[in-house]
Amino acid sequence: MIDPLFAAPALPLDEAGKYVAGAYVVFLVLLIVYVGIMAAKVQRIERELRELAGFAEARQSGESAPEAREEVGA
Amino acid sequence: MYGKGLRPLSIATVALMSAGLALVFFYAPLDADQGFVQKIFYLHVPLAIVALVGFVVGGVFAVLHLRSGDSRWDAYSYVSIHMSVIFGVAVLITGGIWAKASWGHWWVWDEPTLVSFLIVFLLYATYYPFRYAIEDRDRQARYASVFAIAAGAFVPLNFMAVRMAESLVHPRTFATADGGLPGEMMFVFLVCLAAFALLWVTLVKFELTAKSASGQVKRLRRALDAPVSGGSSRIAPEVS
Repeated sequence: MIDPLFAAPALPLDEAGKYVAGAYVVFLVLLIVYVGIMAAKVQRIERELRELAGFAEARQSGESAPEAREEVGA
Repeated sequence: MYGKGLRPLSIATVALMSAGLALVFFYAPLDADQGFVQKIFYLHVPLAIVALVGFVVGGVFAVLHLRSGDSRWDAYSYVSIHMSVIFGVAVLITGGIWAKASWGHWWVWDEPTLVSFLIVFLLYATYYPFRYAIEDRDRQARYASVFAIAAGAFVPLNFMAVRMAESLVHPRTFATADGGLPGEMMFVFLVCLAAFALLWVTLVKFELTAKSASGQVKRLRRALDAPVSGGSSRIAPEVS
């Protein structure tokens, strides 16, 4: 069944190099893809945080404006 | 909270990974049987060990979640399993490349080590649909924890069953009756194992930090009663 596997000789360096490089490159690509996805998520969180900060500031200035008008009127 | 110490951890990971890579290609001796192809061993085996241990760690966190009811443990369990599944993908691909180079086949179905790892991987691949099929967050977390514990217990049992199997085409890393790795190879292997374990911890911490920040933004949005601008993560567990 798989007994020929035992007899498989070592590959010459030029041929083995392709497989070794392939394995390490695959791992590197997976790592880069994962880090890229996570970086995109972090950027989205940053954007949402900026939006929320803007929303909070706008609301705060909206609340303080009528108070200022009341003070002027008095 | 989760981001504390992430920068030194990341630096240590990059340093150890670089050292491991340098040792693999400039220090570790060539294998007498397999020659240069055996260099894949230093990538494939540590990845496999870290992935399997990560699955068990996910189960341990799930036990802590069920005992305490603290949703942070559920997040730890989820992220541990998630990271181990990603490592599992790398194990299957690098293993296939190594098998093709040394055996002439991408996959050998009657080799217990390969098939058992595939079974474990597919088992954990069902974790996601199982988890997100449940809408209620508390039930989702509880059921996912039960799954993580049962599957985590299966991993060492599966490992022992494979060790007892007769077919030994797939090489054994640690000492069997035939002896283990020579000293230099073992040293490089242990450095690589430490590097991949550190990488796993760093990525888990990184993802937990991102999830925690996302959870905080959601809380802030609710507190401000601000409109949702879309694009928010549907599947991220709440990490408070």
